[in-house]
Amino acid sequence: MEFNGIMVVSYIIATILFILALGGLSNQETARRGNWYGIVGMAIALAATIWGIVSQAYVELIVALLIGGTVGIIAARRVQMTQMPELVAILHSLVGAAAVAVGFANFMDPGRLAHFTGVELTIHDIETYIGILIGAVTFSGSVIAFGKLSGRIGGKPLTLPARHWLNLALLIGALYFGYAFVQESAAGGGVIPLIIMTAIALLFGIHMVMAIGGADMPVVVSMLNSYSGWAASATGFMLGNDLLIVTGALVGSSGAILSYIMCRAMNRKFLAVIAGGFGTSEGTVVAGAEDQGEVVPISAEETAELLNDSREVMIIPGYGMAVAQAQHIVHEITQALRGKKINVRFGIHPVAGRMPGHMNVLLAEAKVPYDIVFEMDEINDDFPDVDVSIVIGANDIVNPSALTDPEGPIGGMPVLECWKGKTTIVLKRSMATGYAGVQNPLFFLENTRMLFGDAKDTLEAVFKAL
Amino acid sequence: MRIGVPREIYAGEKRVATTPDVAAQLIKLGFQVTVESNAGVEANYSDAAYEAAGCSIVGSADELWSGADIVLKVRGPETEETQRLKSGQTLISFLYPAQNPELLQQLTERGVTVMAMDSIPRISRAQKVDALSSMANIAGYRAVVEAAQHFGRFFTGQITAAGKVPPAKVLVIGAGVAGLAAIGAAQSMGAIVRSFDTRPEVKEQIESMGAEFLMLDFADEDGSGEGGYAKVMSDEFIKAEMELFAEQARDVDIIITTALIPGKPAPRLITAEMVESMKDGSVIVDLAAEQGGNCELTEPGKVAVHHGVTIIGYTDLPSRLAAQSSQLYATNLRHLLTDLTPEKDGQIVVNMEDEVIRGATVCKDGETTWPPPAPKLSAAPAKAKPAPAPVVEKKKPSVLGPIIGMVIAGLALLGLGSVAPQDFMSHFTVFVLACFVGYMVIWNVTPALHTPLMSVTNAISSIIVIGALMQISSETEVIKWIAVATVGVTAVNIFGGFAVTRRMLEMFRK
Repeated sequence: MEFNGIMVVSYIIATILFILALGGLSNQETARRGNWYGIVGMAIALAATIWGIVSQAYVELIVALLIGGTVGIIAARRVQMTQMPELVAILHSLVGAAAVAVGFANFMDPGRLAHFTGVELTIHDIETYIGILIGAVTFSGSVIAFGKLSGRIGGKPLTLPARHWLNLALLIGALYFGYAFVQESAAGGGVIPLIIMTAIALLFGIHMVMAIGGADMPVVVSMLNSYSGWAASATGFMLGNDLLIVTGALVGSSGAILSYIMCRAMNRKFLAVIAGGFGTSEGTVVAGAEDQGEVVPISAEETAELLNDSREVMIIPGYGMAVAQAQHIVHEITQALRGKKINVRFGIHPVAGRMPGHMNVLLAEAKVPYDIVFEMDEINDDFPDVDVSIVIGANDIVNPSALTDPEGPIGGMPVLECWKGKTTIVLKRSMATGYAGVQNPLFFLENTRMLFGDAKDTLEAVFKAL
Repeated sequence: MRIGVPREIYAGEKRVATTPDVAAQLIKLGFQVTVESNAGVEANYSDAAYEAAGCSIVGSADELWSGADIVLKVRGPETEETQRLKSGQTLISFLYPAQNPELLQQLTERGVTVMAMDSIPRISRAQKVDALSSMANIAGYRAVVEAAQHFGRFFTGQITAAGKVPPAKVLVIGAGVAGLAAIGAAQSMGAIVRSFDTRPEVKEQIESMGAEFLMLDFADEDGSGEGGYAKVMSDEFIKAEMELFAEQARDVDIIITTALIPGKPAPRLITAEMVESMKDGSVIVDLAAEQGGNCELTEPGKVAVHHGVTIIGYTDLPSRLAAQSSQLYATNLRHLLTDLTPEKDGQIVVNMEDEVIRGATVCKDGETTWPPPAPKLSAAPAKAKPAPAPVVEKKKPSVLGPIIGMVIAGLALLGLGSVAPQDFMSHFTVFVLACFVGYMVIWNVTPALHTPLMSVTNAISSIIVIGALMQISSETEVIKWIAVATVGVTAVNIFGGFAVTRRMLEMFRK
């Protein structure tokens, strides 16, 4: 494959633009420009490649681009902000599928044996193998994640007996067939080990995500994001293409950092999340859900009165807000309160929702100004000055037992310490526990009031009473 | 059932057991409420206000007591009031059965059901009924007001044209509800506040109110008794404590003592010598005056001056804020009555299975039911000591872990370098550098934009389309069609990813 100078320069420009695109996301003002950098970079890379390498089948290429592009844009237009996690997951699966397809196509290329020999061939085969492996795991994992996020598959972790051993067996199998593949490929074969390995990788992806509970979804989504990057990178090695390598590495490390941030936000080890089954290894703790006292309910009118009498209000949204689609009414309440010179702020826990930054996107959709939306670390010390905290459909992220019970399933996880404020109002459908299956002592505290019902309906009632 | 609220006849008692606001809520529970004429006058609640809330007013105490099924009072009944009670009536008030055994005996003999607001068990659930806490809160606040009244100077420090005013130094002994309220009040008036308590766990509470916690360096002794109250301490501890107080007495301007141990006379904490060592014009407010006083020179119910130090021994501090304390006490009573009328039909059910009601009921149907069995849960469960351990554990692996990791990674790289061809290594260099660039760039991304970050990286990762483009012109039909399909799939990703990112970012506006 010949690379002429113009192509190399185009690739360098594309690489720089991609880096700028990610860098642009460091704040809201530059983020939109960053996205344009990404688009331009991608366009340059595509144009250079098509101009430099593609020599025939232009019609098929353009038709494929048009169909795919149309589908993509329609999906992007139609998707609701609450469904973002699902969309991101399914898009990840496409990258995985592409990596598998490119890997297989590359393997089938008859020119391969002529081009590489000896160690080079071995390395090339390993690259192909790894690219397909990661691609397949990403693909099946993302499909399962999509199913879980969209509710097509139950959110409960599937914990097969001896699942760790099963994972180990799959890993050993993948290694063995990798060895077999490299051996046979030099002799011109190797299709069968490659296909078996792909099947193993697909199984592994399914099993891995099935075993992960709903509350760990932010980690899974960012982890799959990372995998899709590594898959692109491995493909880049296989094809000897630096642009793919660099871009893949950027995406891979981005996803890895996000996973790390999410894990830290839940005080969980990455491996423990992957190994799956939130709370299952400590099943006895869940039994501590006996009578903890009584909760004090409150009506929407009383809530409105409390809000009117306060000066500092903190709103803590959780996944429940997304489910109830309550972000718009939250914004209207915010506006009404701010109109009365009440300082309203939002406290966002890093793992609130099902995807990193999920809550921010929802609030942004409802046009809540982002300068009143704060991270947990920024506002956790301010709670003693807060008159009313409103917890909307969140549970584990405001659970005081994370601090008081270090041995509990969520022990040591940093949480929003809303109970330090004067009053906390918790909006909830019922007294069910959160994803972690841990009872929340917050609900029974003297300064906590429970506002039962669908978040959207109750908030509308509150808004009317304001 | 009819609730009767008599005028308090104890000399100087200004509080009243219900307020018009609360009376209206009681009526909602299905009760009728009768108030003795002028019952609330001292607390600024007029008869007209009660009438407006739906109460009926009766002129004489006799009429009120005979017509009521439930009598709400603040102070325990005086002798003449006790004689008005008859079998079947229920009395709810403060009673202190431990201090007044004869009164309890008489009430039992009359067949009255009596609930003592001071006998409510100290469990979380009962906090809304805990009248002792609400009264202590008021007493603590009022103590500071009284101190300010008798103190000849500012609380707050100021620098004025007429010279510098040093801030007052206030020592609060005993950081229960009253102590914490006093700390808060003194702090907000600008004083420098210090506080001492035998229970180390209240340190955090004291500091949260803005006061300095005076620590006694006594390793193993914890003064926390049952139900969140203090207990009697060892002799050595008391000696060290007294030294601390003697030292503080010379320094501070105001001492507010709130030290009480349940069922015991108040501990003597401030001796005559300490009072003598205080500056002239200093003030001591002794909230334990009724139980004998924390200060040796306290005269209960009076203000005394010794050695130029004013010692306030009022025992009626809540009554001195009658409107506020009546309001809070009435609300406590309402919570109790709400628990007593589960059907909200104005009929009380004394459910002896309910821990709170069981605790409050001191006599019923001619039998003394005091003291109650020990409560199952205390307000602050005995503390394990978990805090420091995890920190230590975390530090240890952090030293060795990265080193081992780096060594392994280094060896692996060396191994790879020794066999891999030049071409591969140059790609590998690019890869490693790109990982680092990614690492540096991504940490700067604001958490609010994590979702757009994922969708944009997702769009970018479809750069894998280049792989398909390289294959699309292949001579082999299968490869070509696989590549075409791949291009289609990645195109979804490219266009969808960028479009959805753009859509999201459009929403992030000020």
